[in-house]
Amino acid sequence: MKPVYWALPAVVSVLVAAGCATGPRQMEAVTAEDLNIIKASFRAQGQAGLDRLDQDDAQKHCSNPPTVTIAKELAARIEKANFAAIKYPADGNLMGDWRAGERIAQTGVGMQFSDNPKTPSGGNCYACHQVSKEEISFGTIGPSLYNYGKLRGGASPEMQRYTYGRIYNPQAFTACSNMPRFGHNGILTEQQIRDVTALLLDPNSPVNQ
Amino acid sequence: MNRYLGIGKNLGLALLFGPLLAAGAWAQNNTLDEIARYRAQLQDGNPAELWEARGEDLWKQKRGPKQVSLEQCDLGKGRGVVKGAYAELPRYFADADRVMDLETRLLHCMMTVQGFSKADATRRVFGSGSNRSDFEALAAWITSESRGVVMKVSLNHPKVQRAYELGEKAFYFRGGPHDFSCSTCHAEDNKRIRLQDLPNLTQKKGAQLGYTTWPAYRVSQGELRTFQWRLYDCFRQQRFPELEFASELSIALTTFLAYNANGAAFNAPAIKR
Repeated sequence: MKPVYWALPAVVSVLVAAGCATGPRQMEAVTAEDLNIIKASFRAQGQAGLDRLDQDDAQKHCSNPPTVTIAKELAARIEKANFAAIKYPADGNLMGDWRAGERIAQTGVGMQFSDNPKTPSGGNCYACHQVSKEEISFGTIGPSLYNYGKLRGGASPEMQRYTYGRIYNPQAFTACSNMPRFGHNGILTEQQIRDVTALLLDPNSPVNQ
Repeated sequence: MNRYLGIGKNLGLALLFGPLLAAGAWAQNNTLDEIARYRAQLQDGNPAELWEARGEDLWKQKRGPKQVSLEQCDLGKGRGVVKGAYAELPRYFADADRVMDLETRLLHCMMTVQGFSKADATRRVFGSGSNRSDFEALAAWITSESRGVVMKVSLNHPKVQRAYELGEKAFYFRGGPHDFSCSTCHAEDNKRIRLQDLPNLTQKKGAQLGYTTWPAYRVSQGELRTFQWRLYDCFRQQRFPELEFASELSIALTTFLAYNANGAAFNAPAIKR
């Protein structure tokens, strides 16, 4: 197979126009042999062990170009399993301190083999999202979150639950989302997720000004 | 600073232009313009030349237990031929029955031609201050001898074809606590991390722009970095374990990206912030 991948969108659009829709190319599954090569190419370092290369169901089925949409049933299966695994705080309190949330959103440290495992991880939200209006150094991989709460009618209990859950595990709502599963994979603590939830929903947060 | 920011490493630049930081889109456009101007100004003088000069010396010196110079090394275009060699790498080398990128080939030659042990040859693959890396110097010089040469990586050998296919799969391989793959950041047009533009490496234009500008002198580190380092540090930020220097996966990914860059004039060592 000669790689002509970048020509695909053009080919696909022609096919679609001709009424013969085929999706963008899905990657062939990683074989046992591929996986052996991949694993032999890394060494455990610091807090990053080789077990980080063991893919869960979502990782396995989401290892595709972003133009690929996986089968509906598969997406539903991933979302259902991830949704069922969300753990909400036992005390039911989902809103923390938006100021602490802003610091978490600004910080990108955490879980790299070069990081001190004792230092709490950041959420690094600004790497990919616009969050507050004041911070102009923001990325564009994810949508803007400026006015997130304001646009959604404020911090109702339903919005709190949705927002907390979405940070805890975005793939509970959107299979193959680019966003890390911050609670599910233990990147952020319960309190940190509360704080980021508050950053997005608190009417006093700079996000909602 | 770099370690602290994790994948948001570009903040250094934002701080550099701190006085310009004010709220609003106007300020952001202004900052982006200033960053573009800063990048243009950097092109005037590139300290990579220091690495290139040291690399040329290292290439010609008789070194190692066998006291032989690397001029006895075949980078693919014949023994001692450096001109244009990088633009055709990675390639299949029959004497090793393996696909090799530049650094892997250099390691092979240090071991077979010069007689170094693997441990000795790989003691310092990435330099840090006065602890300099021979690989970085050699790569600086050898790649400089391909500047302006059109990238022409061939997949004709089945092992190179296989490396390309593995590299492509690995590019989309999600793993680690953050679910990241290369494609998380490098598979769509016009995306940024913080203010850092991200090339879309799945499209010809982005792959050409990205691949042909490595190695590069990194102003933020004061070091010249090779493509092996680029992959190593991307995986660090992906929260993967440590990518082994000259590993099969590193060669596969390099093959995928270098082939995608075919047709563009090679333009490195470059200078990046």
